[in-house]
Amino acid sequence: MTKIEQRTTNNEQRFLKLSGLEPLVVTPETNFVNVGERTNVAGSKKFLRLIKEEKFEEALSVAREQVEGGAQIIDINMDDGLIDGKEAMVKFLNLVIAEPDISRVPIMIDSSKWEIIEAGLQVVQGKCVVNSISLKEGEKEFKHHAKLIKRYGAAVIIMAFDETGQADNYDRRIEIATRSYNILVNEVNFAPEDIIFDLNIFPVATGMEEHKLNALDFIKATKWVRENLPHCSVSGGVSNVSFSFRGNDPVREAMHSVFLYHAIQAGMNMGIVNPSLLGVYDDIPKDLLERVEDVVLNRRDDATERLLDFAESVVGEAKTSKIDLSWREEPLQNRITRALVKGIDQYIIDDVEEARVNANKPIEVIEGNLMAGMNVVGDLFGSGKMFLPQVVKSARVMKKAVAYLLPYIEEEKLRTASQPPKGESHWRKANPVLYGLLKEHAKRMRNVPTEAEKMLWNALSNKNLDGYKFRRQHIVGEYITDFICLKQNLIIEVDGLIHQLPENKKSDQERTTWLEEQGYKVIRFTNNEVLTELELVLTKIHKVLKALPSGAGGAAGRILMATVKGDVHDIGKNIVSVVLACNNYEIIDLGVMVPPEKIIQAAIEHNVDVIGLSGLITPSLDEMVFLAKEMERQNFKVPLLIGGATTSKAHTAVKIDTQYSNTVVHVNDASRAVTVVGDLLQKETSNDYKKNIKLDYESFRDKFLSRTKAKDYKTIAEARKNKFQINWEDTKISKPNQLGIQVIEDLDLEKFEPYIDWSPFFRGWELHGKYPDILTDDVVGEQAVELFADAQKMLKKIFKEKKLIAKAIFGLFPANAISDDDIQVEAPIQPPPQREEFHSDLMTERSQSQFVFRTLRQQLQRREGVPDYALADFIAPKSSGKQDYIGCFCVTTGFGADEMADAYKDNLDDYNSILVKALADRLAEAYAEYLHKEVRTKYWGYASNETLSNEDLINENYKGIRPAPGYPACPDHLEKLTIWELLDVENKIGVKLTESLAMWPASSVSGYYFANPEARYFGLGKIKEDQVEDFAKRKGISLEEATRWLATNIAEAP
Amino acid sequence: MKNIKEVLKERILILDGAMGTMLQRHKFSEEDFRGERFKDWEHPLQGNNDLLSITQPESIADVHRQYFAAGADIVETNTFSGTTIAMADYFLEDYVYELNYESARIAKKVANEFTAKEPNKPRFVAGSIGPTNKTASMSPDVNDPGFRGVTFDQLRIAYKQQVEALLDGGVDLLLVETIFDTLNAKAALFAIEEVKEERNIDVPVMVSGTITDASGRTLSGQTAEAFLISISHIPVLSVGFNCALGASQLVPHLEVLSAKSNYAVSAHPNAGLPNAFGEYDESPAQMAAQIKEYAEKGLVNIVGGCCGTTPEHIKAIAEVVGKYKPRIVAR
Repeated sequence: MTKIEQRTTNNEQRFLKLSGLEPLVVTPETNFVNVGERTNVAGSKKFLRLIKEEKFEEALSVAREQVEGGAQIIDINMDDGLIDGKEAMVKFLNLVIAEPDISRVPIMIDSSKWEIIEAGLQVVQGKCVVNSISLKEGEKEFKHHAKLIKRYGAAVIIMAFDETGQADNYDRRIEIATRSYNILVNEVNFAPEDIIFDLNIFPVATGMEEHKLNALDFIKATKWVRENLPHCSVSGGVSNVSFSFRGNDPVREAMHSVFLYHAIQAGMNMGIVNPSLLGVYDDIPKDLLERVEDVVLNRRDDATERLLDFAESVVGEAKTSKIDLSWREEPLQNRITRALVKGIDQYIIDDVEEARVNANKPIEVIEGNLMAGMNVVGDLFGSGKMFLPQVVKSARVMKKAVAYLLPYIEEEKLRTASQPPKGESHWRKANPVLYGLLKEHAKRMRNVPTEAEKMLWNALSNKNLDGYKFRRQHIVGEYITDFICLKQNLIIEVDGLIHQLPENKKSDQERTTWLEEQGYKVIRFTNNEVLTELELVLTKIHKVLKALPSGAGGAAGRILMATVKGDVHDIGKNIVSVVLACNNYEIIDLGVMVPPEKIIQAAIEHNVDVIGLSGLITPSLDEMVFLAKEMERQNFKVPLLIGGATTSKAHTAVKIDTQYSNTVVHVNDASRAVTVVGDLLQKETSNDYKKNIKLDYESFRDKFLSRTKAKDYKTIAEARKNKFQINWEDTKISKPNQLGIQVIEDLDLEKFEPYIDWSPFFRGWELHGKYPDILTDDVVGEQAVELFADAQKMLKKIFKEKKLIAKAIFGLFPANAISDDDIQVEAPIQPPPQREEFHSDLMTERSQSQFVFRTLRQQLQRREGVPDYALADFIAPKSSGKQDYIGCFCVTTGFGADEMADAYKDNLDDYNSILVKALADRLAEAYAEYLHKEVRTKYWGYASNETLSNEDLINENYKGIRPAPGYPACPDHLEKLTIWELLDVENKIGVKLTESLAMWPASSVSGYYFANPEARYFGLGKIKEDQVEDFAKRKGISLEEATRWLATNIAEAP
Repeated sequence: MKNIKEVLKERILILDGAMGTMLQRHKFSEEDFRGERFKDWEHPLQGNNDLLSITQPESIADVHRQYFAAGADIVETNTFSGTTIAMADYFLEDYVYELNYESARIAKKVANEFTAKEPNKPRFVAGSIGPTNKTASMSPDVNDPGFRGVTFDQLRIAYKQQVEALLDGGVDLLLVETIFDTLNAKAALFAIEEVKEERNIDVPVMVSGTITDASGRTLSGQTAEAFLISISHIPVLSVGFNCALGASQLVPHLEVLSAKSNYAVSAHPNAGLPNAFGEYDESPAQMAAQIKEYAEKGLVNIVGGCCGTTPEHIKAIAEVVGKYKPRIVAR
């Protein structure tokens, strides 16, 4: 190895100096220069897409965010086969240069193509870094490029790469670095301080023996290079080191921190690090730290195994360790806003206390500081920059803050001794005699108004003044007020009319003082003012009205939320409630299974501005229709919001909107709920908005109805002729290993974790994308990762504390299809009927030990050769002479979920409350998946050899199906009753059915098992009246009842 | 003749003052600008000061003579706009070589006269390389920030031609000046490096940027230090600022250069800020008093004047700074 001549003396300082519009000088005190890496088409899918689609504005914002986020240099890379890299580089750089807030930092021109690098160098005035050149293509080219880079005035990254390949050990690293350095400094006369070595960061803990020293060799080589090659820098892409732990961010963060900690000590002074994947070295838990250091520094032979084992236990946990507390130094309002936006509740009490001490009244903290923050949240959410889980976390912070302030607000109220304005009924009771006198007098006064009174009343009555309702001659205490707006607690007095009752004479001042103490605002005008300057008087009143906080508590409006009768699902409703509450609406949440009369009563009692109904199962749709009718009958005016999984714009437009002459809106996500409610309650625009909605639903309805007419249907008889045919002769039917009913109690919930289908979980939080890709999604990825980490944490808690209880029951029975669409099941033991009100229907149809499942058949006219499916087609018909089998099941993981969720809610933590319920749902689905597998491979055993991954299971790649009543193949919920009776579900495991046949606890799944390999999932689609009639007959229920239960599946009459 | 680098160690060198201001005194007409040579040129030529090196060479030589007489060590050639890019306004692209060559020759001839008279005080000629009238890192179209009116290569080629002609005409050093867009200057420096390499010569280069206003930045947005870093890849003789500001307004920026630069520092400010009529009216005494501060603080190695300065200003400045030691250059 060549010995390097020490070129410098101690007093000569040669630092790497770069520039954008501003200088960047890398001194020994700089510690570490962080290079932003998001403007790299090779590294960021989002950035690649923006460049491909020529969305340069957005691409610029990526660059800007990096600079704002603290990147000291931005790396720009346009190396992609599908774009003209040179053109894109020049265009993007030219735009970057025009943005002073971006181009203030130096630029790293990153390409493997020299022509792109050179084109970049030609458009940037500042001193850039070229990333990168190496000896890979030989000395001649290396020198040529280096000379030009020098001439263009840039620093350069030298890859540890030469003609024979990439340096992958300590010796090769220093060999190539030394050779490169000597050529550059001695032959090209390149300034040594402008040389930055990238010594190749390679992954460790890959399981390969030869990778064990990857990190250590880099660190050692870094130290050697910094000590022996004067003035140069060392850089690298840090995330490579943890490549083998992709998906486990806590471990990756720890690895990055550990690696950097040691590499920086060794002299690495620049690098590409994703700041969101970087922990604080000192915050790494000791046990994790030890294992990560073992790996990075290769301190023991089994380091990798030990870290791998340990890694499983830290999934999703260490995230909170990355805490940047610099924001705590900012002004109070910034801190409060940040706490709300980021959902950090750690310091909110301290901050709110500080605000309270500074405020005149504690309520000002809510109306001022907190609302200011929530407005930011609302704006960010509205513009798609915040996602649902974050907003729910914001709400948690808000709630905590408000809860802390409430006692102070109460105290303040007591202190000022001012009672809230009392209503007429209070005064009637308080002094009945006086009240009677006053009332008489008031009546007289109304009949003999003065000229001024008449004029003002004319202007104020009938909500003439901007919709504010005024009363006249209204009694408050021992006074008769001239005009009063009760909603705003504003009293208007016209002088000259106030001493009418001789026994109650008091000065105007006393009277005003008393009224103000009652919580009213009083403004007075003279007769003359009203008579001569009415316009001015009205303007003044209007101004005061506008300035007053509307309604009680300053809420933007009051919204009633309920899950309708018979339905138990409330996750979506809760999310919408939380988000609306965040936007300053007061929420009256009536919970689940709320009967219509209770909704109506509560709506009147609380004088709500909007009613929101939610439902998940199809019978809930009828409940909503019913409620709309009731609202119409009782002359309601408030808008009705419809939401929930089973609802649709079509159903809302066709069935609900037609029942209620006021506004009905279908709103299926929380983000839209905010804008819809906002528009509905915005005084200035609500009328137009409501009118437009009504028109929109009308035209939607017309289109929808005319569209359905275009479809043709077969008769049920024709459809049956075209049933799905299985060749039963050649079909081998496997007999279940264990016939009969089995109950599984208290199975460990952890067993189900691998079976969880996460995609619907994310969807529930309005994060759209497929798991696990969603975790790296450009738009929602970050949020998804965070939510996922929270979910993992909660899952661990659920597992550890055993708060949820899993139960399952299933049965496998001999069965045969009878009369085309029915399946007759031979039950081994006759369970006692549990539900008197329903079982009578069934009794008529079966013998003592026989149950019949009624299935429904597709009727929509489709192309030739496509069969019209019914589930009965998958079971051998009796006529085949073969004995077939069917199974049915019910699983739940919901016991304990409500209690756990409520405990969070009581603790003002809606976020975790919703999280518990959402996870309980996922676990129930996972249990169903798990049990199905157990049945396939063990209890029934027809697929004992199957080996399917979770992904295969989610994609339904298994043999046989498990359709659930209420879902597309069998939308008839009534069949659940048969399952319940057959298995005696309620007695055995406690899962109940509501009057709408929803399962309680909500986190439950029930269904059938069909084992035939040809069995498949299908959607019933619409059916015709003839099948409904036939179905009613078969089932022994009235046509009316059948129609009600099947309503959503019955095709509209042409 | 002494090497300029050696002289720089001994004293503060004096650069000349404005050429344009001096030429305005002659009130040259269109005919004067055209002279005999361009009397039939299709385009108006009045205002093309660089052309006067061909059509009124004696007047140019006279300006140089006055500055040398006032005490200047270095005069700048009359070639501020001597590139094909700037000369395109007059359709004189084809005369760029001759303009530069002649300008250099005239200045060098006068310098030689003075050096001969006073051998212990050698006089130098700096080939003036202006910024051109186009910018490489700013868009002329506010609605299209990504657009550029000129490319690096166009500038490089134009500058290279100017540099070659100046060197052929005999300049002692090159002065890339009034840099409002650093990228333009980098193209000039790139061209100079090419010429140096091709001719296997070394030639001292002075670089002088322009801080446009009170923001303390160049027109293209760089701070003084960022500007310094951006042009420091070439071993230059000096870095400095000129134009736009008066002498005292330049102080803070010179302080930055003085503290951060390993090269000599130069300054040739305007004679104050323009008055209501756009004229520079700071008197020689006023300006010299401000420049005294440069010298007292040890901020500079080369001082002179830009817009509005005259031989009287240079004389006053030379007298003031003559009493002070030059700034110590690190290497």
